Amino acid sequence: MSHKVLEALVERFGAAIEETHAQFGDDTAVVAPAHWHEVALFLRDDPRCRMDMFVDLTCVDYLGRQEPRFEVVLHLRSCDKAQRVRLKARLDDAADGTAPALASVVDVWAGANWFERETYDMFGVRFEGHPDLRRILLYEEFVGHPLRKDYDAQKTQPLVAYRTGNVEKLLPFAADEGMPFGRQTHHRWRDVEATRPTPAETEAED
Amino acid sequence: MEPLDLELDDGEIELPTEPMRLNLGPSHPAMHGTVRIVVELSGETVTKADVQVGFLHRGFEKMCERGTFTQCFPYVDRLNYASPLLNNVGFALAVEKMLGVTVPVRCQYYRIILGELARICDHMVCSGAMCMELGAFTPFLYLCKAREMIWDIFEEETGARVTHSFGRVGGMAAPPTSDFKQAVRATLPAVLALVDDAEKLVVTNRIFLDRVDGVGIMSAAEAKALGWTGVCLRSTGVAYDVRKSHPYSGYDTVEFDVPVGSRGDCYDRFMCRSEEVRQSVRIIGQALALLPDDGPVNVDDPRIVLPPKDEVYSTIEGTIQHFKIVMEGIKVPAGECYSYTEAGNGELGFYIVSDGSGTPWRVRIRPPCFANTSGLAKLVTGAMIPDIVPCFGSINMIGGECDH
Repeated sequence: MSHKVLEALVERFGAAIEETHAQFGDDTAVVAPAHWHEVALFLRDDPRCRMDMFVDLTCVDYLGRQEPRFEVVLHLRSCDKAQRVRLKARLDDAADGTAPALASVVDVWAGANWFERETYDMFGVRFEGHPDLRRILLYEEFVGHPLRKDYDAQKTQPLVAYRTGNVEKLLPFAADEGMPFGRQTHHRWRDVEATRPTPAETEAED
Repeated sequence: MEPLDLELDDGEIELPTEPMRLNLGPSHPAMHGTVRIVVELSGETVTKADVQVGFLHRGFEKMCERGTFTQCFPYVDRLNYASPLLNNVGFALAVEKMLGVTVPVRCQYYRIILGELARICDHMVCSGAMCMELGAFTPFLYLCKAREMIWDIFEEETGARVTHSFGRVGGMAAPPTSDFKQAVRATLPAVLALVDDAEKLVVTNRIFLDRVDGVGIMSAAEAKALGWTGVCLRSTGVAYDVRKSHPYSGYDTVEFDVPVGSRGDCYDRFMCRSEEVRQSVRIIGQALALLPDDGPVNVDDPRIVLPPKDEVYSTIEGTIQHFKIVMEGIKVPAGECYSYTEAGNGELGFYIVSDGSGTPWRVRIRPPCFANTSGLAKLVTGAMIPDIVPCFGSINMIGGECDH
């Protein structure tokens, strides 16, 4: 149905479109990661495509099945033309083990914001240019990225200690000397926290 | 009158001010127990908002990678627990799309009727909760009473009131009961009467209107870029309903209208939901007439559908067939597909990657209210503190779905 979009993409970007296919009726284009943002802008603005609706952004880990192992998958829809397209970019961890990076498309579709944060949270893919890339469904102290295939489903995470001292400096508003959450009670609460034994001390007593 | 301290500098007159930060939730009655909103205030106006989700994260996608396709059904039930049957059908359709099978007509209309009943429940819960958070407790009770009637039908059909796990790949767990049509026909007028009563209590109420009218406005272009779907998108005037735009499961054979709003404020979202309840009743009426009284419910394919129990216990073929499906799972062809349906909150998408075995390689859910909730910060920035409550209520954020 939307093969014209794929044709337009190939015509405009040539070799940057690594592959196009339609499986189960879903038109797909595999994009070279370096051109990810450019292609997104083109899809939104070109009169033949008009992909004005952001649908979904996620990632699949093909560990041991495919090289490179990650595939970031973006689904888009055009409200005017009632057509859909799927974009993919194939990425891999760097040789030193750092997580892969891809250009953020938040400036193209605002809705990508949370979806990119979720993909970062679950797979560790870093989106360059994202205004606020931090974990969204999990907590800051979580170690690892759970939807990677090499993250064991049985794995447990250590208990997180009470967040002491820097309550008013938590994200998103970062370090700030403004008014603390707890007003007057806040300081009293912090004094109590200071006298509470830390986990290490409790273990030593046992 | 002239200022008294003429010789003072501006800086000395102005008291130094700092932005005040206010923390709403996650333990707040209007936050449904699962969301935290940190707002920065200037007076009573929100200047900055950060919506934090994830308190109900249970690793749905990771869990799905451990079992067979059939074992995903109880998980998808618990995504949007206000309308689990819609999730069941959405997931079943995604797997069926990969298998290349179409369920029999009887099953299609059965799915439509159960799905629309679930949608009515979903909209009633949302509207009821929204009214309650604005101080109108009675509509909530009326709507809960109506939901109770529909739940009685669900209980009769599926055996469970909330988490039915009733969908199956290639059909449903059981055919409609003999008095299904009669029960639905008897219940719907009573439900509609209660919906009317509940609506009458608020739509002409000055207090309610002041809280929702013109509050939390979203433009159509922004809503589309944010990935809003469902009622939230339609309230901005975009008539996008998956049932109309990309009909599935026999929705092209029934007539219904897609209500749209004009301004995209909380009032439009509330009224769109009310109207959709009536449209759902219209769909159910037609689907009941089209639902055949007999015929198969499941596809005739022994690789997909479990054999009848008496065959399992008495024939070797039945036993083997049952064993293969339960132990190995339904073999779904390798590949990937994105399948989408209209759930209570909007487009519910499942992106499934299969490696050809009975276990999904990846099940990605595209929860409609994850995208909807991501627009909440935009809605409340510039609004007042009391506006946060109707904005949040009208988004219909369901924790299980939003937090996966």
